[in-house]
Amino acid sequence: MLYAILCYANEETVFSWSKEEEDAVMAKLHAVQAPVAQAGKLGPVGRLMPTTAATTVRKGKEEPLVLDGPFAETKEALLGFYVVDFETLDEAVAFSKELSAVNPGSTSYEIRPFYVFRPGEAST
Amino acid sequence: MTDIAWIDVALTAARPKALGALLRYFRDLDIAEEAFQEACLRAIRTWPDKGPPRDPTAWLIFVGRNSGIDAVRKQAKTQALPDEDLISDKEDAESDIADRLDDSNYRDDILRLLFICCHPDLPATQQIALALRIVSGLSVQQIARAFLVGESAMEQRITRAKGRVAKAGVPFETPGPEERAERLAIVSTMIYLIFNEGYSQGDPKREAAAFSDEAIRLGRLLLRIFPSEPEIMGLLALMLLQISRRDARFDANGELVLLEDQDRSRWNHALINEALNLLDKAIRHRRPGPYQLQAAIAALHSRAKRAKDTDWEEIDLLYGVLERLQPSPVVTLNRAVAVSKLKGPEEALKLVDTLGEKLDGYFYYHGLRGGLLKQMGRAREAREAFDRAIALANSAAEAAHIRLQIDKLQSEHAHPAAK
Repeated sequence: MLYAILCYANEETVFSWSKEEEDAVMAKLHAVQAPVAQAGKLGPVGRLMPTTAATTVRKGKEEPLVLDGPFAETKEALLGFYVVDFETLDEAVAFSKELSAVNPGSTSYEIRPFYVFRPGEAST
Repeated sequence: MTDIAWIDVALTAARPKALGALLRYFRDLDIAEEAFQEACLRAIRTWPDKGPPRDPTAWLIFVGRNSGIDAVRKQAKTQALPDEDLISDKEDAESDIADRLDDSNYRDDILRLLFICCHPDLPATQQIALALRIVSGLSVQQIARAFLVGESAMEQRITRAKGRVAKAGVPFETPGPEERAERLAIVSTMIYLIFNEGYSQGDPKREAAAFSDEAIRLGRLLLRIFPSEPEIMGLLALMLLQISRRDARFDANGELVLLEDQDRSRWNHALINEALNLLDKAIRHRRPGPYQLQAAIAALHSRAKRAKDTDWEEIDLLYGVLERLQPSPVVTLNRAVAVSKLKGPEEALKLVDTLGEKLDGYFYYHGLRGGLLKQMGRAREAREAFDRAIALANSAAEAAHIRLQIDKLQSEHAHPAAK
């Protein structure tokens, strides 16, 4: 089963990290990912640019509205995601717990099973 | 969560919001600062055991408010207290405050806090020092070291700045749209001043270099609370583009490397991409401003794979727009660089020579003039200009760079055939 593991965090805190703090966190995260990658179960890992770089197209009354950033009221922002291929949800939970333990900036990891969808192809 | 360093990061991140809210409440910078310090001390004592609260900012405001009230009570029994019904002793008060303080409240609080620091009565160096002390929470010692002055002198400077601000009075009502735009412009200038204070010092190992990172942090903060202000997008993009070249600006000996000679693979491309994206977003607003234009110029350098791919024509055009929008001899001086690339040193020198009266005390004026004269083979005049530049250099790296030009000039003069 393919899972997307979505990392939510408080941006203000994460972007207050110094270069050293940032590097230390990334090294720890890498250590958690390495065995999963070696087992061939780690797909793309995406790090999102800050929400200030984001643009949102939201349904308007007539024309869709183009807005800056995500909605201003969000305290926790989606900052990155993993794609992993695990047998069970338990494995995904265990992996997320490990990530969470070494990432002081994260507030939650959301686990969402998904399947690859390409129009015209049979889904697996 | 037992890591104290991590708590430190959380406190730094919460500082502008929490201090801004406490300032609105107590209307006194010193009381607000002390209340925030007290709240931080309590956080360091309690968070390691209990874990961080759900909303650290609300926690700090709540605790800071109570300790501030205690302090005011002890100090001056005659002084009137804020409304009692604003303070709640109920258990759920923390989340209550968090609910009441939505982002629009924070927005004005932080803007006010930043605005106080860039009070027009204060000279630029005091604005920077105050902002770094109040908003960023750097120690007086750190700021003093970066400004190369003694700690007690800096302490005095900051105390004097606070005194002036207190005397001038600060409006606490919510600013209207016009006033807010005006404040944002002043605040943007202050943030860019902080950035330049760090960037122009050159050496990334120097204390002051951290100012540039702090300015970027403040720029991000400002953009998060005003996500649709194109000029703040432009300011942040400009700072990101400049800082993206930090590692390539100096060689192994600490000598300045000119933009056209920099190893472009050493530029930070993640920062460049973020900046280009911000600039694209800003331009969609169709409200051009000086920061967007400067960022657009910086972006043209970043987009060029090699120095000779630089679109000087577009840069010349953008400087022309900037000259109309915000006329300044420094802008014209920068345009002269583009002119020299497009039309040669003679045309550029004509333009530069119109600026002599205004920029006679400016390092880059004499540096560029010397460079143009050197290109034209007017060695003696070039030497004079370089000598003037060295006397005005802002850092050892700048002086060393000019000295290198003089050395080249002399060796070319001695062996004209080698040229």
